[in-house]
Amino acid sequence: MTAAKAKAVEAGAAGHGAEPRGKRTEDGQATYLIAIAEALWEEMERDERVYLLGEDIGDYGGAFKVTEGFLDRFGPDRVVDTPIAEETIVGMSVGSAMEGLRPVAEFQYADFMSSGFDEITTVLSRYHYRSGVPLPVVLRGPSGGGVRASSFHSINPEPWFAHAGGIKVLCPAFPADAKGLLKSAVRDDNPVLFLEHKWIYRRIKEQVPEEPDFLIPIGQANVRREGDDVTIVTYGAMVHKALEAADALAQRDVSTEVVDLRTVYPLDEETVLRSIEKTSRAVVLSESYRFVGIGAEVSAVIAEKAFEHLDAPVVRVSPPNLPVPFSPTLEDAFLPQVSDIEAAVERLSAW
Amino acid sequence: MTSIQMPQLGETIVEGTILKWLKSEGDHVDRDEPLFEISTDKVDTEVPSPVAGTVTKILVDEGATVAVGTALMEIDDGTGAGAETAGAGAGADSGGDAAVTASGAAGPAASPEAEAPAAATSVPAAVGGGAEALPDRGPRSRILSPVVRRLAAEHGVDLAAIAGSGDGGRITRKDVEAAIATGGGAAAPAAPAATPAAAAPLAQPAPVPSIAAAAGEDVQPMTHIRTAIAQHMLASVNETARAWTMVEVNVEHLVRLRAERKDAFLQQHGVKLTYLPFVVRATVDALQAFPTVNSRIDGDNVVTPRFVNMGIAVSYDAGLIVPVVKNADVMNSVGIARAIADLAARARSHQLQPDEVQGATFTITNPGPYGSLVSVPIINQPNVGILSLDAIQKRPVVVEQDAIAVRHMVYVSMSWDHRLIDGEIATRFLARIKLNLETWDFAEDLGL
Repeated sequence: MTAAKAKAVEAGAAGHGAEPRGKRTEDGQATYLIAIAEALWEEMERDERVYLLGEDIGDYGGAFKVTEGFLDRFGPDRVVDTPIAEETIVGMSVGSAMEGLRPVAEFQYADFMSSGFDEITTVLSRYHYRSGVPLPVVLRGPSGGGVRASSFHSINPEPWFAHAGGIKVLCPAFPADAKGLLKSAVRDDNPVLFLEHKWIYRRIKEQVPEEPDFLIPIGQANVRREGDDVTIVTYGAMVHKALEAADALAQRDVSTEVVDLRTVYPLDEETVLRSIEKTSRAVVLSESYRFVGIGAEVSAVIAEKAFEHLDAPVVRVSPPNLPVPFSPTLEDAFLPQVSDIEAAVERLSAW
Repeated sequence: MTSIQMPQLGETIVEGTILKWLKSEGDHVDRDEPLFEISTDKVDTEVPSPVAGTVTKILVDEGATVAVGTALMEIDDGTGAGAETAGAGAGADSGGDAAVTASGAAGPAASPEAEAPAAATSVPAAVGGGAEALPDRGPRSRILSPVVRRLAAEHGVDLAAIAGSGDGGRITRKDVEAAIATGGGAAAPAAPAATPAAAAPLAQPAPVPSIAAAAGEDVQPMTHIRTAIAQHMLASVNETARAWTMVEVNVEHLVRLRAERKDAFLQQHGVKLTYLPFVVRATVDALQAFPTVNSRIDGDNVVTPRFVNMGIAVSYDAGLIVPVVKNADVMNSVGIARAIADLAARARSHQLQPDEVQGATFTITNPGPYGSLVSVPIINQPNVGILSLDAIQKRPVVVEQDAIAVRHMVYVSMSWDHRLIDGEIATRFLARIKLNLETWDFAEDLGL
C-alpha cells in the first residue's frame, strides 16, 4: 500500500498539493492534465450535485492521476470507485442523472467506452428525447495515440459517438480550452463526451485562467493561426502537429491557417466555412479514421457549402481504418506526421 | 399513356423486387388484369393494371429491386397518345396491337441504353463549356476550379488572357484576383461579351503582323497583368468620347504650408505629407458641386453615387494599379494621407484585396513627381473623368497690380468623357478645384 502510494505520486502530476492548482508550475502555467483536474475540482466545489465515478479514481487518483487528492477533499460519496464494468458506469451515471445528480464518469482509456456502447448510444443519447428528462452526464476518457500504447489504448472514438446524435463530443487541444470546455460540459444539461488526448496530457502547458466562471462555449471552433494560402481544419493532438507544420511552411512562404474545431459535435461550420472563403484550399486533418471519420464530415460540409469558394480539391490527412500499431515505426507511419501535413499543404498550395 | 410505378405496400416499405413480368411489351391488358409479381419486405403479391390498353414499354428487368415510385412500365390506354412513342398513337386496342409489336422490336432494348450514352456525352460538354475556349498552356490550364469560375463570372474576367501560375498551368484564385486588381475585370455586365473578341489578339503569343525577333532583341511573353492593363486601356480609348481640359493653379501657399508642417506631420501621423491629400480634398468638393463628374454610364442610365470613392493610380513593379480611397468625402486631409500611404504601400507589396481596387467613382493620377508638365491620361472606366496632377514648378507669373513674381505653379488637367460631360461642366469643375487649392487654408485640416 505504501509502495503503491509512493509510486502513484511519482507517476502523478507535478507536486503533492491536494488542490490541482497547487500543481501548476512556478510561473502559474498548467498542463492539460492539471487544467482538467482544476475544472473538475472547481465544479465540484461550486455545485454539490456534481460527483465523480470511475475505476480507481479515488484512492489511486485515476489511471493518469487526474483525480489525485479528490477523495480526501470531497469524500467517498462524491468520488466513487467502481468495479471494472464500463456499461455499469454509464448506467449509474444515467440513473443518478435522472435523480438530479450531475455525474462525471472517467474511463481509464477512451477505448473502453465501447464496453458501455449500448448504454451510451441507446440510453444516454436518446433518453431526453424519449422522456423529456435531461441527462447532464459527462463521460471523460483519455483518447488518441502516439504514446506507444497499442491498439487497445490508442483509439479515437469520437466518430462513433458523434454519430449517435444526442451527445456532444469535445476534443480540446490546449489546457485552457480543456478547462473551459470541461466546465461548460459539467454545466450543460445534455450528455457530453469529453475526450482528453493523452499525448497532450503532460506535453502542453500554458497560462490557464483561474476565474471560477471561465468557460469556453461548446460548439465553437477557434482559428489558432491565421494564414492566406491553405486552411488546415483539425482538432485534438493534431492541432499541435498542424501548428508545427505551419511554422515550417511559413519558412517556405506558404501561409497556413489552422482551425482548431475544439468541439467535433456539434460542428462549428461557420468558422470552417469563413476560413475556406478566405483561403479556398482545405486540408482536413484528423487522428480518427479516414473512412466515415470526422474529417470526412468536415470535408463534406466544405464541398457542399463552400463549393464556389474552392480553388482545389479538399484533401484529407488521416489514418486508415486499421488497428493502431504497437511498433513505434508502424505507429509513426500510421499516424499523420508533421512531414505528411507539410507535404499535403504544399501539394495543395501548388495545385 | 399511363405510367405504372412501384407501389408502396405498407408504410415502411421503400422498395420492391420484380419477381416476374406477366405481360410483355405489345401485349394487351384489361383493367385489373395482373401485370407483374413483386416481392417486398412485407408481402409478395401480384399488381393489377389500373387501366386497359397496350403495354408499350417495360422499363425494369425481372429480379431488379427498385425504389417505391420508380416507373416500371408504360401502358398506352388511349390518353395522351402519340406523345413520345411512335406507333402508339392508334386509338383502337386491336389495331394498336400489331403496330406496337412492330415498334416494340426496336423499342425495349434501345430505350434504356440509348439514354446512357446521351447523358454521358452531354456531361463533358456541359462541364467543359467555356474552358474549351481557353488557350492550352499546360495539362491543367483548362481546369477551372469553382472559385475561379465564380470570380471570373462576377467580375467579367477574360480567363483566356491569364497564364495560370498553378500546377500544370492551372489558373488559380490568386491569378484571377490579380487580374481583377489590375482592371482585368470588365466595367459593366455588358462588357464580357465584347472582351473576349478584343482580348483574343492580345492573348496570342505572336500577334499579327508579327516581326520576328532579331539579334539583340529579347522576347518575353506579356504578363497577364500587363495584358489586362492593355485591354482595359484599349477598351477605354475605344468606348469613351475623350476630351481634355487644363487649368493652371498657383500653389504657393500649399508649398509653404507643406514645407513648414511636413516634419511635424510625419511625426504626428506617421505618414509623409504630399500634395495629394490637398488635391483629393479639393477634388471631392468639386465632385460634390458637379456630381455628373462623379457618375458613370450604365446602359441607358446615368448612375450618380452620393459618396466619393477616389481611385489613386499607383505604379508598381508589375505595372499600374488603382487602389481606391473609399468614402473620401467623409475624410479630412489626415485620413486621406493615411489611406493613400497605406494603399500605395500595399499595392507595391502586392497585398491589396480585390475590393480595394474596385468601386472608384473618380480617379486621380499623379505623374508630377516624375517631372511631367502636362499629361493626357486615359479615363479609368467606368469613371467619366480622370484628373492629372503634374509637376509643381516655379514660374514667373503676373500677380496683383500687374507685378511679375516667382510662384509655385502646377498644371491640373482632366480627361473627361464627352458622352456624359460637356465642356462647361468640365471647365467649371476644374475651376472649382483651382479655386479650392488657391484659397483654402489647409492648416487646420492637418490635425497638428
